[in-house]
Amino acid sequence: MERCRLVFSGSGGQGIITAAVILAEAAVLHEDLIAVQSQAYGPEARGGASRSDVIIADSEIRFPKVTQPNVLVCLTQEAYNKFYSIIRPGGLLLTDTRYVRTWDKVDARQREVPMFQTVMDRIGNPVVLNILMLGVLIRLTEIVRPESIMKVLETRIPPDFLEMNRKALYLGTELGSSFIS
Amino acid sequence: MSKNVKFIQGNEVCVEAALYAGLDFFAGYPITPSTEIAEHMSLRLPQTGGKFLQMEDEIASICAIVGASLTGHKVMTATSGPGFSLMQEGLGYAIMTEIPCVIVNVQRGGPSTGLPTGPSQGDVYQARWGVHGDHAIIALTASNHQDIFSITVDAFNMAETYRTPVILLFDEVVGHMRERLVVPEPEEIPLVERLRTSVKAGVDYHPYLPREDGRLPMSDFGGVHRYNVTGLFHDMWGFPSNNSGVTHGLLRHLVDKIKNNVEVITRFKEYYLEDAECILISYGSSARSALHVMENRRSRGDRIGLLELQSLWPFPYELVRKKCANAKHIVVVEMNMGQVIRAVKRAVDHPDRVVLANRIDGFFINPTDIKNILRLIQGKGV
Repeated sequence: MERCRLVFSGSGGQGIITAAVILAEAAVLHEDLIAVQSQAYGPEARGGASRSDVIIADSEIRFPKVTQPNVLVCLTQEAYNKFYSIIRPGGLLLTDTRYVRTWDKVDARQREVPMFQTVMDRIGNPVVLNILMLGVLIRLTEIVRPESIMKVLETRIPPDFLEMNRKALYLGTELGSSFIS
Repeated sequence: MSKNVKFIQGNEVCVEAALYAGLDFFAGYPITPSTEIAEHMSLRLPQTGGKFLQMEDEIASICAIVGASLTGHKVMTATSGPGFSLMQEGLGYAIMTEIPCVIVNVQRGGPSTGLPTGPSQGDVYQARWGVHGDHAIIALTASNHQDIFSITVDAFNMAETYRTPVILLFDEVVGHMRERLVVPEPEEIPLVERLRTSVKAGVDYHPYLPREDGRLPMSDFGGVHRYNVTGLFHDMWGFPSNNSGVTHGLLRHLVDKIKNNVEVITRFKEYYLEDAECILISYGSSARSALHVMENRRSRGDRIGLLELQSLWPFPYELVRKKCANAKHIVVVEMNMGQVIRAVKRAVDHPDRVVLANRIDGFFINPTDIKNILRLIQGKGV
């Protein structure tokens, strides 16, 4: 496989870092891949744009940070403004239609997906926005299978909330299907 | 997939390894970027029948573990630079009284409260000479989760073998990042258990009388023997002494027990050193960037290699001298103003061939930082 370098960005509380950890953990524990996850711990993580880096590969990863992601997720305008310029030309840039207005000049496959709207319309609880986003992301990148994400969620999410997370994940993969081109 | 595979932070790996090594007492005061060690330990120790104590500060933390060790437990504390400064007095006491313990310093930028969330490797010499007075110390480090696990177990084993504090010098990058760990099976890594005295209750026990092999069997304090423990120079009974022979003998013993075992204690990894014209020397998270650069340059045909040090103290002077004997350039990669490079320069035959690739702004040293230095050496400019 080609080495996949991802940057997840948004604001504190959106579950950006949790989503990054779940994806990387799914890759390692259930896809037999190598992955490294790191995150911003500085003042920027305590307000403002938060960020988590994930590298997924089938060979050893030495340098654990991402300088030029081929997949960039921005869940706020502030995060988009701050990070859009680091994307690898031609990479995948996933944003939410409600929170981010994108610019045409960016050399990337920009996918503006109504993730927040879908989660509110179909589930009614924004807490699983990050899981829905993961669903969209793995549908567009095919980097791990949804079953692998589910296996991680089963170990992390209290039983009462598991069904809501499952619904969000598969809503995401469904939604992602209509943005493949 | 095996149950033994985990995807966790480096700090959590350190906890799992300590438990594997037999740790059953931890006292600490949380501080970024080591906090997850205390946090995870507070969850895991009660599950394994051990005791976790959150102390009022770092001075109390080290004193608590030293006391607990003396009563027969395997112990550890974890901190970062500011806390490590406060621990120096207790550390010196553990050195002088020869009480096994493990102290983790997940380094951050300093001096003082410095850069709480920024990576640094600025405490290398503090680990060596933070304690006043002549002494020897063991300090170990690692750059990835599998190695953090094995080196942490090594730390506990060495603490018991040499009856000494052992310092684990990690850093913010390896402490916080998550990657795969395959937890070794029980007994896969041999463990060194406490050497206890065979002297029976009611018979005089000399706490500081070495056996023929030089080792000092211990008696759990508060158990069947009464004896004295002091940070003053002491005789074989553990009582204070300023006798010239006693003082001379004890200090020489404290230094020699580690100095004479440099080769046994030394831990390192090497990559492509056989034909390397340019050798990178690094340790901890910096070694990941160095390895990245080395693999990148090797694939282009450059004769470059990497020596990754996992034991910093006692410094493996002879190893470094031998490995670097044929190198035209030696580049030390570290996140400080030049600490391990001092030891490397002392070790090699041609100190003028040693240069520094560093980063000190609270950001992780990246491959470009190192490549720029390599370009300079080659006369290409950055």
